[in-house]
Amino acid sequence: MAGIMRERFAEVATELLDTNERLAVLTADLSAKLFDRARARHPERVLNLGIREQLLISVAGGMALAGMRPIAHSFAPFLVERPFEQIKLDLNHQAVGAVLVSAGASYDIASGGRTHQSPGDVALLSTLPGWTIHVPGHADEAEAMLRAAAASDDPVYLRLSNQTNERPYGTGFRVLRTGEAGTVVAVGPLADPVLAATEGLPVTVVYASTVRPFDRAALRAAVAGQEHPAVVLVEPYLAGTSAQEVGEALRDRPHRVLGLGVAREELRNYGTPRQHAIAHGLGSAGLRRSIVSFLAGTRAA
Amino acid sequence: MARGGYEDLPRLMAAMTGDEKHAEAAASTLDVLWVLYDQVLRVTPEMAADRDRCYLSKGHGPQAYYAVLAAKGFLDAGELEMFGAFRSPLGHHPDRVLVPGVEISSGSLGHGLPLAVGTALGLRARGVTSNVWVLLGDGELDEGSNFEAIAYAGRTGLERLHVVVIDNHSASHGWPGGLETRFAVEGWSTERVVGVDHAKLAAACTAPHPGRPRLVVAEVEPTFPDLH
Repeated sequence: MAGIMRERFAEVATELLDTNERLAVLTADLSAKLFDRARARHPERVLNLGIREQLLISVAGGMALAGMRPIAHSFAPFLVERPFEQIKLDLNHQAVGAVLVSAGASYDIASGGRTHQSPGDVALLSTLPGWTIHVPGHADEAEAMLRAAAASDDPVYLRLSNQTNERPYGTGFRVLRTGEAGTVVAVGPLADPVLAATEGLPVTVVYASTVRPFDRAALRAAVAGQEHPAVVLVEPYLAGTSAQEVGEALRDRPHRVLGLGVAREELRNYGTPRQHAIAHGLGSAGLRRSIVSFLAGTRAA
Repeated sequence: MARGGYEDLPRLMAAMTGDEKHAEAAASTLDVLWVLYDQVLRVTPEMAADRDRCYLSKGHGPQAYYAVLAAKGFLDAGELEMFGAFRSPLGHHPDRVLVPGVEISSGSLGHGLPLAVGTALGLRARGVTSNVWVLLGDGELDEGSNFEAIAYAGRTGLERLHVVVIDNHSASHGWPGGLETRFAVEGWSTERVVGVDHAKLAAACTAPHPGRPRLVVAEVEPTFPDLH
């Protein structure tokens, strides 16, 4: 069953197709059924290409060259990793944009195993210039990001997940809590686990739902009151993906940084997303252990 | 800008030096590119929104492409002498951002045809009746991405899409039965002609093919495999 964010994506994209005649939606079988109504209304702008992910990205590039605004959608491994050279050459190198909307995130499809998981997607796209990368933590955030992306011509990645926060915290960087002992940057759906993990700790919690461009000024402002900034990045994809951004933001300030997230090693376990979160130390207890230990200047066991 | 004819192309190509490994790829595309730009494509240096598009997919040996674009007034012939230099817009693979008249940036094989499918779909959705042309090599068909495009375009009857494959029999493992059989089985209209006969090329490129995409195979003399 499609998650809440993916259903919202289909609803809003279907509405936008009615009003924005440059907009197109491309699928490669996955989620194609969610667009049946839109396809019936706009048969030349809502296209299901079959199980052809290289073509999915190339067609997006070719449509953009013809003046269209394409939205291409699939599960993250098939949207970003499999056709990565098409993203690099048929979008970036042609100097055109598209909206890539993924579902599945890192371990939404926990029981599917490694083939259906791509915790490296944000790191991979970060090797290319110009991408805006959104990691919404709530369907309302995802909707605002989709509407903005559809109205622009830039390359935008929207990473949908079945893991969500109880409520939306907004787009961009938002300070959710302030403290002097350190700063925790919680990305997308990990905001609620981070808030639970840091309950009673004297730390600043910054929520980030857009990680590229990384709001360096917001991070500098968040650590301004700390003599020796200690920054913990909590990202729902490959651990440390934004560590270089923190380094650039604080290049003139001695600081420490800890990158928490999904491990590089394959788990080779199935089960549920919650079990995967715990296995990667991203449950609230695991997060608290890592954060407390880092702030104390020791290594977590 | 000064215009030229077919007889000017050898001089324009001679202005570009180096890149010897791609020289044969350049020569093999010269006649097809000339016929397309001289007799088939509706395109001028003004690059109107409803122009026909020509995507040089293989991107190798672009000397012939640059020479034809110079002869047709898209780019200044004086630029040719700087071919491959640091500040030259004319690289050993073409860049659409740098070269007037160049529609796609290419060089990595297997991207032009899938991009052209997208452009044909995009133009159709916008109600623009332009034709989209792609130039490939037979060796380039080794790339699997082409087959995603061939199957989809054929089965959806994308009639504004046209492909010319220069067949110099350079694919390492060949195409038993002829490469056109891979297109024909997906519903394409196909024809094979001698790749240096301008009249036959032009006729094959302008023949009607209602409801189906069109493939023209331009047969040229075999050369050494264009290893890259």
